[in-house]
Amino acid sequence: MAAERPRPLSPHLTIWKWGPAMLVSILHRITGVGLSILGLAVLTWWLVAISGDAEGYAKFAQAASHPIGWVVIIGLTWAFFQHLLSGVRHLVMDSGHGMELGVNKSSAILTILGSVFLTAALWAYLLGVAQ
Amino acid sequence: MSLGESASALGKVENTGSARHGGEHWLSERVLSAALLLLGTWFIASLVLLPSLDQATITEWLRDPSGAVPMALFVIAAFRHALDGLKVVVDDYVRDAGNRLALNTLFFFLAVGGGALALFALARIALGVAA
Repeated sequence: MAAERPRPLSPHLTIWKWGPAMLVSILHRITGVGLSILGLAVLTWWLVAISGDAEGYAKFAQAASHPIGWVVIIGLTWAFFQHLLSGVRHLVMDSGHGMELGVNKSSAILTILGSVFLTAALWAYLLGVAQ
Repeated sequence: MSLGESASALGKVENTGSARHGGEHWLSERVLSAALLLLGTWFIASLVLLPSLDQATITEWLRDPSGAVPMALFVIAAFRHALDGLKVVVDDYVRDAGNRLALNTLFFFLAVGGGALALFALARIALGVAA
């Protein structure tokens, strides 16, 4: 069934005025893809490193303490919290609640504030303990 | 109505709308999101509460059933949820049916292979001889 002419497309990202709900929706996908690929790769490497010899674990620890490693791991914890909070928001919306404009906007903003707060609190605690 | 049934009564009569499957996938993604809400929180909290993140401490934690069992569940739920989520993203954005199948197949292999590797490593830690 060959298309004779291109089908009309719905307006895409560039045409909308950005708002919290739209941002959180996009973040949910991006963090989901990031956690699925990068997050699970790191988790698997971590488990394999622990199961192996000290040399292998030292390699993992070295990579994790490299500046890029820090960015990746802190980024993954933020992605985890953002995806978790907006995931809960999605579950609520799946049940038919929280669709009103005001509530929807507030809950979207709350997921962002929450994920930044939880990430900051987690790392403040971890780095505080380490010292 | 079975859990996997996703067609409305009207849609069935008109033979339009839902393809009458996909409900299982939708539900799997959400049930596992609830599981990951618990297991992911447990994972982060456990790492925070461990006295140290060196190889010996983590091994000791994962040799105990209270660490090994939730960790195995976390790995399984995380890989399955990642696969469910990546399929949604691929189905949404990849227009060509062949590319869509190829990419979904690639992610399926990666999720099964990665999950198996992570579980094997965990089994090796949990059941291995104490160092």
